[in-house]
Amino acid sequence: MKLPMYLGLLHKAEATLARSYRQIAEGHGAEPDIHFLCLTLAKQCDAHQQALQPVVARYGEVSEDDEPERLHADGLTETRSGPVGLLRDLQDLYLLANLVDITWTMVQQAAQGLRDTELLDVVGRCESEASTQLRWLTTRMKQAAPQALIAAD
Amino acid sequence: MVDRITDIWGTRTPFARGESWPVRVDQLLADGVGEADVDRWVQSACVLCSNGCGMDIAVKDGAMVGVRGRAVDAVNQGRLGPKGLLASWQGVATKERLTRPMIRENGRLVETDWDTAMERIVARSRSLLADKGPLSHAFYTSGQLFIEEYYALGVIGKGGIGTPHMDGNTRLCTATAAAAMKESFGSDGQPGCYTDIDECDALFLYGHNMAETQTVLWSRVLDRVTGPDRPAVVCVDPRETEVARLADVHLALKPGTNLALMHGLVRELFAHGWNDEDFVAHHTLNVEELSAAVQPWTPEEVARTCGVEADDVRRAAGIFGTSRRVVSTVLQGFYQSSQATASSCQVNNLHLLRGMIGRPGCGILQMNGQPTAQNNRECGADGDLPGFRNWENPDHVNELAALWNVDPQVIPHWAPPTHAMQIFRYAEQGSIGFLWISATNPAVSMPELPRIRKILASPGLFVVVQDLYMTETAQYADVVLPAAGWGEKTGTFTNASRTVHLSDQAVEPPGEARSDLDIFLDYSRRMDFRNKGGAPLLDWVGPEDAYRAWQDCSRGRPCDYTGISYSKLRGGSGIQWPCNEEHPGGTKRLYGDGIFPSNPDYCETYGHDLLTGATVGPQAFRAMAPAGRALFKTAPYSPPHEEPDADYPFRYTTGRTVYHFHTRTKTARSKPLNRAAPDAWVELSVSDAGRLGVAEGDIVSVRSRRGEIVVPARVGDIRSGTVFAPFHYGYWDECGSPDGRPRAANELTMTDWDPVSKQPVFKSAAVHVERVAAGAGPSAAPTTTASRPASAGSVPVTVGGPEAQAQETFAPEALPAGSAGTVSAGPVLGAAVPATTVGELS
Repeated sequence: MKLPMYLGLLHKAEATLARSYRQIAEGHGAEPDIHFLCLTLAKQCDAHQQALQPVVARYGEVSEDDEPERLHADGLTETRSGPVGLLRDLQDLYLLANLVDITWTMVQQAAQGLRDTELLDVVGRCESEASTQLRWLTTRMKQAAPQALIAAD
Repeated sequence: MVDRITDIWGTRTPFARGESWPVRVDQLLADGVGEADVDRWVQSACVLCSNGCGMDIAVKDGAMVGVRGRAVDAVNQGRLGPKGLLASWQGVATKERLTRPMIRENGRLVETDWDTAMERIVARSRSLLADKGPLSHAFYTSGQLFIEEYYALGVIGKGGIGTPHMDGNTRLCTATAAAAMKESFGSDGQPGCYTDIDECDALFLYGHNMAETQTVLWSRVLDRVTGPDRPAVVCVDPRETEVARLADVHLALKPGTNLALMHGLVRELFAHGWNDEDFVAHHTLNVEELSAAVQPWTPEEVARTCGVEADDVRRAAGIFGTSRRVVSTVLQGFYQSSQATASSCQVNNLHLLRGMIGRPGCGILQMNGQPTAQNNRECGADGDLPGFRNWENPDHVNELAALWNVDPQVIPHWAPPTHAMQIFRYAEQGSIGFLWISATNPAVSMPELPRIRKILASPGLFVVVQDLYMTETAQYADVVLPAAGWGEKTGTFTNASRTVHLSDQAVEPPGEARSDLDIFLDYSRRMDFRNKGGAPLLDWVGPEDAYRAWQDCSRGRPCDYTGISYSKLRGGSGIQWPCNEEHPGGTKRLYGDGIFPSNPDYCETYGHDLLTGATVGPQAFRAMAPAGRALFKTAPYSPPHEEPDADYPFRYTTGRTVYHFHTRTKTARSKPLNRAAPDAWVELSVSDAGRLGVAEGDIVSVRSRRGEIVVPARVGDIRSGTVFAPFHYGYWDECGSPDGRPRAANELTMTDWDPVSKQPVFKSAAVHVERVAAGAGPSAAPTTTASRPASAGSVPVTVGGPEAQAQETFAPEALPAGSAGTVSAGPVLGAAVPATTVGELS
C-alpha cells in the first residue's frame, strides 16, 4: 500500500507551505493584511499536520518517496520586494498551496477506497481550508496584479 | 430652558411599549434672536451623526441663526442632540472658513482664483492619465457629502476615469455594517428602523455607546427605560459607558475578543433550543456549519477568553433567547475591532436563528457612524458600484454602462474595489500619484498617523483637498478648494435607518466657496469626459438633475429611490427607501416576508470567507442556490493581532466623546462644545493608575510600536488593563503638528484591517503607559459620560452655560404633517411647532 507515501508527501507539503507563509509574513510586513493572514494560515497548516497524526499512527508515514522527485517544491526561503515582487511571492505560495490541495484530494480518494471514516473526517476538515487558502491567494493576487503590472514603477 | 451640555439627552418623556414616542421640540436660537426675528425656516436634517434628525434652520438677514427639531419627523419627533443644537450652523458660520482656492507655490499655499486652481488639477490629472493611466488616480471622500455629490463623483471615477481607487472615510466608520449585511442577506440595507425601539422587550447594544454616538436615539431608549414596561438592556463594551450603567447585563469584555463572546451567545441559543426551527428551515442556509463552529464556545470558555463572567454570558443569552422582541444595535466597538465582519454577522445570525427580523420590535440596526455614510455606500463614491450592484456580475456592470452610455470596459470590475487603506499603500509606493480628498481629514482620522503624514507629504503625490477649513490634511495639499457647507447648498442624504432627508440651501456660502457638486461638475467639464455618443458624461446643472439621475440608477435595486422626489421630501419629513410604485410611502422594515436579496442575479455580492476575505465567486454562490434565503456565515475566533506583552502591557482602544464629531472641525468651533471637551485625555482604571503612581490630571506618556501621545490622565471606570483615548483631537488648533505635544489617538493605532470589510482595527493595540509629570489640575475629560472620574466630586462638573441653553416644548402628539416650505416667514406648518402655537396654525 502506497498511502503512507502520500501521507508523507502531504505532511511535507503542508510543512513547506507553513514555512513559506511565515517567510512571506516576515518579508512583507508593510502589507499588513498579507502579514497577519499568512501567519494565521501558517497555523492552519500546522493544525493540518497535527490532524494527520492519528492517521499516520495507524498507516505509518514514508518520507522517502520511491518515485523520483521531478518538480522540486522546496518552499520559499527569501522574499522579493516591491509590488511585482509581492505578486510573484503570492504566486509561488499559490503553487505550493495547490500541491497541498491536490494531495489532500488524492488522500481523500484513498480514504474513500479504504472506507476509512476517521481519515475522511480529517480530509473533510482540512481540505476545505486548503481550498479557501487558494481562493484567498487568488483574490489577493487579482487585486494586486493591475496596479503592479500597469501603474507601479 | 435646559443646559444641553450638562443634560445631554434633555428632559424625559417616558412611554410604554407600542405607544408612540412623545413629541419634544428642541430649539436653540442665537443670542439675542427671538422667534419673531426669524425671517424664514428652511427644511433640513442634522449632519452631526448618523441618526439623521429632521431639523429646520432659522435664517435672519441672510445668515443662519438657529435650529429646531422637526416634530413630524419619525426619526427624532422634534428632538435634537447637543451637537445638532450647538454645532450645526455654529460649526460652519465662522471667520475661519476657507473662502478662496489655494495652490502650492514654492512650498507654500497661496490664495488664487478658481480657474488657476482647477487648471492646475486638470493639468496634473491629464498628464498622469496619459503617462500611467487611470490606476494613478484615487479619490478619498467622506460620510459628509450629499447623494448628488457622491453620485457625481461615482460617475466621474467609474465611468469617466475608470479607476477602482475610490473610497470614503466611511471605510473607517461604516464599512463593516455594509459588509455584514451583504454577507448575511446578499445586499446592504438596514433591516430595522428606529421605531423598533418603541416596540421591543429587550435591547442589545454591541460595542455601541449609543448614549454618546446617537444621543437622540438614546433619548428614545431612556424614555422606554423610564416608562412603565422597561425593556431589558444588554451592553457589550469594555468601558463603563452610560449604556453599561443602565444595562441589566454588562459584558465588559477584553478588547479584541468580540467574536468569542458572540460564538458563546449563539451556542446558547442552540443549546437551549431557542431557535425558530421553522424560520431557519425555510429562510436560511448553512445552519449546520454555524452550529458546528460555535460548539467549543461554552460560557466557561467565553469567560476565559473574554474576561467576563460565564453566568453573565448565560443571562445575556437567556434574555436574547426568551424575549419576544429583541432589537440589536451594533457600532464601532465591533466594527473597528478584530474580526469585525464575523462578529457583526453573528448579531445577524442571532436574529435569523430566532426569526426576529422585519417585524415590529425585532430590528437589527447595523449602525453608521456619519450622517451620509449610507449614501457613499449606495452611490458608488466608495468601493461599491452604484445602486448596490455587484462588481462580479457582468449584467450589473452592463446596466451601469448603459445608464451612463459608456463602454463597460471602462467601469472597474476586474477585482475587488480598492479600499482606503490600500489606496494609501499604493500612494506610499508611488503607483498612485493623484489623490483627491473631499470633506475628511485623514491626517488625524487614519491609523498610524506618523505613516499617513509621511505619505501625504511625499513629493510624488499630488494632493487635492476640498474642505470647509484648513485642516491638518489640507496643510499637505497641492491645491485646496473651499467647499460650501451644510445649509449653504441643497442636497439629500440618508440616515442609518434608510430615511432620506432633503437639506435645502438656507444661505450663501462664504466668499468664493462652492458646493462639492459644483466642484466635481467643473472638474468633469474641464476634463471633457464624454460618453459614447460624444455628449458630456455629466450634463447636470444643479443638484436636482444629479438626484434624478441617481433615482434612475437606483431603479429596481434594493435602495430604490424612484418614488422619492425633491417635492415629496419638501414639506414631508423623511422617507425610508425602498420607495417606488410598489411602496409609494416608503418601507419601514425590510425582510418582513423572509425573502432576502440573495438571488444570484440580484445580490450585491457573492460573499466572502469571513476569516480570510477570499471571494466565494459566482459559481460557488449559485451552486448554494440561496434563492432569497439568508446565509449563516461565521469564522473561527482568532486572537487580536497585537496582544499586550512585557514591553507594551496595556490594551489600547479609541472612541468618541459626546461633544465632538470626527476631527472637531465643526464642533471645536462651537464654544460650549469646545469648553465641554477642550483637550485630549487618556483613561486609566483606578487600579492601573495606582500601580503607575498616576493621579487624576497627571501627564502620561502612552507609547505603542508606532508612536507616542503625551496627555493628561483621567482616572476613570474603565476595565483594568485597558487604556482609552478619544480620537477627535489633532493639531489644527495647536501648532499644526504633533511636534510640540502629540495628542492624536491615532499616533498609536495599528495599520491593520478586517479581511472582509477592510475597516481598520482602531480598537485593539498594545501600549506602554508611564507618568511623565504632575498635572496642573484634573484632566479636561467630560464628567457627564463614560469619561467621568471614578471618584465622583473630585473633578468640576462639565457645564454648558448660557450658550448651551435650549428650549424644549412638549407638544401634543398629533401635529399636522404639513409643509415646511423654504421661503415662508414666521413659524411653519409641520415643522417644530411649539404647543402653544399649534392652535393658531391649524
